[in-house]
Amino acid sequence: MTNEELQAYLAGEFSNAEVKQGKQYIEMLVRAADLHETAVQLKMAPVLSFDYLFCLSGVDYPDTMQVVYHLESVTHRHIVVLKVNTADRVDPLLDSVSDVWQTAKYHEREVYDLLGVKFNNHKDLRRLFLDDTWGFPLRKDYKDEVRIVER
Amino acid sequence: MSEIKEIIMHSDKIHTDEYLVNMGPQHPSTHGVLRLLVRLEGEIVHNIQPHVGYIHSGIEKMCEAISYPQVIHLTDRMDYLSAHMNNEAVALCIENALQVEVPERVKYIRTIMDELSRLASHQLWWCVMGMDLGALTTFFYGLRDREHILDIFEETCGARMTLNYSVPGGVMFDIHPNFQKRVKDFIKEFRKKLPEYDELLTGNVIFQERTKNIGYLSLEDAIAWGVTGPSGRGSGFSCDVRKHQPYSAYPLVQFEEKLDTKGDTFTRYRLRIEEMHESLHIIEQLIDNIPEGDFAVKMKGVVKLPEGEFYQRVETARGEFGVYIVSDGKKNPYRVKFRSPGFSNLFALNKMAAGHKIADLVAIMSTLDLVIPDIDR
Repeated sequence: MTNEELQAYLAGEFSNAEVKQGKQYIEMLVRAADLHETAVQLKMAPVLSFDYLFCLSGVDYPDTMQVVYHLESVTHRHIVVLKVNTADRVDPLLDSVSDVWQTAKYHEREVYDLLGVKFNNHKDLRRLFLDDTWGFPLRKDYKDEVRIVER
Repeated sequence: MSEIKEIIMHSDKIHTDEYLVNMGPQHPSTHGVLRLLVRLEGEIVHNIQPHVGYIHSGIEKMCEAISYPQVIHLTDRMDYLSAHMNNEAVALCIENALQVEVPERVKYIRTIMDELSRLASHQLWWCVMGMDLGALTTFFYGLRDREHILDIFEETCGARMTLNYSVPGGVMFDIHPNFQKRVKDFIKEFRKKLPEYDELLTGNVIFQERTKNIGYLSLEDAIAWGVTGPSGRGSGFSCDVRKHQPYSAYPLVQFEEKLDTKGDTFTRYRLRIEEMHESLHIIEQLIDNIPEGDFAVKMKGVVKLPEGEFYQRVETARGEFGVYIVSDGKKNPYRVKFRSPGFSNLFALNKMAAGHKIADLVAIMSTLDLVIPDIDR
C-alpha cells in the first residue's frame, strides 16, 4: 500500500478519527474513548498489522495532555503516528495499550512517572525513575525552587 | 525504607520455597547502576523486575531550557558508547526540519564515524561479555584494539568518548590530515585481529555451553517488546534502520543486514561479531572516496525550528534510537523525547531469562549490551 492509499484506507476505516498527512508520517488523532479499540484494529487488521510500537511519548500542551504512539508494521513497513488527547489536563486518564503492544507497559510507566498520565487496566502502574515524593517534572507548570533556576 | 515496603508488598505472592534477591544496584554484571529484583527458587529464576532510575538525570527536561545545538551536547551523555550516532540523530532531525541539505563530504564523514563508533562499542561489549562469564583475557584484547579507534577520534574530534562532532549543518571540524591513513591502518590491523576474537571466545567449549540454547527470545516477542539492534536481529526481527530508512551515506554503500532466527544468547553474540566485519566493509567503501568540499553549511547563529513535530531514527550500536522534537517556533524545543534502544531491550529480559539459572541471567544480560544512562536518561 502506498502512503496515499494507506491514508485513504485509515480515513475510511476509522471515521471518528482525524487522519492527515503530517510533515513526515501519517498522523491520526483519535478520541480517548476509541483509543483501545483503534489500537487493537491497527495491530490485528492484516492489511495494517502495526505490530511494532517504536516510540511512546507524552506531551504537555496548554489545554491537554497528549500521548503519541509511533507505530510501524514489520510486514508492510508503513508508519502511522497515533495521537490521543486527554479530556482533563490536570488529572489525565487514558486506556492502557500494554495488552496490545507489550513494550507499552514500561513506556506508559515512564509517561505516568514524568507527566502524570494515568492508564486504565495497566497491571503495574508505578513510578519508574523517580520517588513517590516527586511531582511530575515534565509538566510545564512544574516548580522546583532548589533544582531549577529561572533566568 | 521503600525497599522493605516493596518486599512486604510482594510478600503475599511469595511461596515458601521462593525468595527475593536484589541484584544490584552495585553489581558488576549490570554495567552501571541497575537493580534487578529477582525471584528465585533455588538457582532457578522465576521472575525479574528491573528497577531503573538510579542515574536518571532529567535530560529531556533540561532540553526544554536550552537551544537546539546545545541539545546535541547532552545526547552523548546518554549512550556514551554510541555518542556519535546520538549526536547525528539530533543533527539530522534539525536539518530535516529546516530542510538544510548537507554537503556530500559531511555524509561520508558522519557514516565513517558511525561505523567506527559501532566498532568501538562492539569491541567493549565483546571484552565485557567475556569478563562477565569469567574470561578476563578478553578484556585486555578488546580494550587494546578499541584504543586505536579512540585515538582516531581524539585526533579529529578532540574527545575520546563524548565526541560532540555532529552539529546542525555538518560536522564541527574538518577531518584531521592523518585521518584517512590512520583509519586504513586500523582496518588492516583489525582484520588480522578479529579472528583472534573467535579463537579466544567463540570457539571455546565452556563459552558455547553457557550461551547456546540459553535465553531464547521469539520473533513475536522481539517485535512486541520492541527489542532492536543485534539483540532483535538475533530473533529474526529485521529492524536495521540503516537498511529500512537509510540516512547519511548508507544508501551509497553495500552491506548486509545480519539476521538469524535462533534467538538464543549465542546467536546474539555471533551477530555482533559479524556486524564488526560489516562495519569494516562499510568503512572500506567510503574512506578513499570522501569527496572534497565544505565540512559544514553555514547556519544561522540562532537555530529556530518551524512549528511542528519532527522525528528521526538512527541505528546505534544497541538498536534503534529515536529523537522526537516538538517545536513551537521558539529557539528552544517545546518537548524532546529520546527513544532509547536500551530501554525497550532491558524490559524483555524477564521474557528471556525466566526459567534459567541465575548464572545464565548474567550471560543473557551481557548480550543485551545495556548502557544504563541510555535507559535512565
